[in-house]
Amino acid sequence: MAPAITLAADAPTLSAANTGFMLICSALVLIMTPGLAFFYGGMVRVKSTLNMLMMSFISMGIVTILWVLYGFSLAFGTDSGGIIGWSSDYVGLSGIGITQLWDGYTIPIYVFAVFQLMFAIITPALISGAVADRVKFTGWALFVALWATVVYFPVAHWVWGAGGWAFELGVIDFAGGTAVHINAGAAALGVILVIGKRVGFKRDPMRPHSLPLVMLGAGLLWFGWFGFNAGSWLGNDDGVGALMFINTQIATAAAMLAWLAYEKIRHGAFTTLGAASGAVAGLVAITPSGGAVSPLGAIAVGVVAGLLCAMAVGLKYKFGYDDSLDVVGVHLVGGVVGSLLIGFLATGGGQSDVAGLFYGGGLDQFWKQCAGVFAVLAYSLVASAVLAFLIDKTIGMRVSEDDEIAGIDQAEHAETAYDFSGGGGGASFSAAPSPAQGTPAKKVDA
Amino acid sequence: MKLITAVVKPHRLDEIKEALQAFGVHGLTVTEASGYGRQRGHTEVYRGAEYTVDLVPKIRIEVLVEDDDAEQLLDVIVKAARTGKIGDGKVWSVPVDTAVRVRTGERGPDAL
Repeated sequence: MAPAITLAADAPTLSAANTGFMLICSALVLIMTPGLAFFYGGMVRVKSTLNMLMMSFISMGIVTILWVLYGFSLAFGTDSGGIIGWSSDYVGLSGIGITQLWDGYTIPIYVFAVFQLMFAIITPALISGAVADRVKFTGWALFVALWATVVYFPVAHWVWGAGGWAFELGVIDFAGGTAVHINAGAAALGVILVIGKRVGFKRDPMRPHSLPLVMLGAGLLWFGWFGFNAGSWLGNDDGVGALMFINTQIATAAAMLAWLAYEKIRHGAFTTLGAASGAVAGLVAITPSGGAVSPLGAIAVGVVAGLLCAMAVGLKYKFGYDDSLDVVGVHLVGGVVGSLLIGFLATGGGQSDVAGLFYGGGLDQFWKQCAGVFAVLAYSLVASAVLAFLIDKTIGMRVSEDDEIAGIDQAEHAETAYDFSGGGGGASFSAAPSPAQGTPAKKVDA
Repeated sequence: MKLITAVVKPHRLDEIKEALQAFGVHGLTVTEASGYGRQRGHTEVYRGAEYTVDLVPKIRIEVLVEDDDAEQLLDVIVKAARTGKIGDGKVWSVPVDTAVRVRTGERGPDAL
């Protein structure tokens, strides 16, 4: 996120170009969430497809409303002690004029608020990949609401809010490596340590049911991520957004190739899932760092992220925690890689003049990055585990074992994703569609 | 009468059908099947996790024939189904007590 620009002489005025650009970027970031839904949806078994899609979609509903009511105020309101914000004008977005500009920038507050809302939406949705197949939908919905309130809004304030402690310390997180990816990845780990493994973990095959859906989702993520990253400079006046845009493409390509090379050597094949996963790992890693590194630096970020994330996804089998779709392996590890590499690869010529170790800046920035990374990691891990524990002890966090085995789609949503029978079967309870819906009703004389 | 059952690779279906027609067989039943023999399927890798896929797709062809034709027909099917690679399948025959053509009620060899 861009530091506040202070212009001594001229007060900023509304820029139509920047405003239009940011509206488009906001829409691009929104499409990442359905993209994520399909990325995850293809990776689960047939019986959990709809639940996986719904866990992302519900975030678009719940977080939007919370953001309007108090989320924007908590994250970007006036700072209290570096920990949290609050501005009564932002509550209900009620005290904001439509031409009122965001803090020293050339875009309206509404545009900034909606752009940031999209980040708040996708972050809890990211966590859902770890809990695939086994979480009660009501428990999940409550978790999203509480997690956004207790974890996301404050952490966004730390990292991006004026006065937030990480922001003031000088931790660089251009577009959300810390606030979004490490935050979601650590939360995923906290939640799964509480709720436990899927029935049959390490025993039953849990192959992805549709790799084409995974590729579609990964493609939408890649596309939307340009808005996520390039938009985070909140305008287009000095080229930093352009640097971020090109670095996003470069790191993603490099990470995809690195992941594929690793698995060809290690497992003997270039897999589709590897290509999609490598691309996402690269996107995650360049998110915090893309405004600070050079295009060659972006290749390094991508290669390191691709390799380390490809190695990390196997850890769950080694340590025995069931991170269903590798949120920890991809988002936590990728986020940490991108955030820490800033300490080495920052050129001093991008978003700030801070240089990393390889550019003569010493290790100063690296230690700052470490502070940001580990504080967010620790807070999110612990707070998320506590929230999951409380929900589990009250309304319950897991479906019954029978429902889990039979399929969470049917148990939680009264639907199934596919009808394989062609005869109205596919786990439907009636043999044929009812006449009123399937065929024209017969005319009945009164 | 004999029932000849062949569980073979799906892509050999056309050759087998043509061979059976050339031999003079009038009808057959084909079902999709899955299973494994000595080769035990194959391995797939997802993010480094290896899954053994035991059951591989097959088709099952069933033909009713007169006793005298059975041995020869086994050879015909084997010849048409063979690729020489692992997983080509199996063919066998079993005796059948009776068969009835549903439309006419004809029994025995007349029903074939």
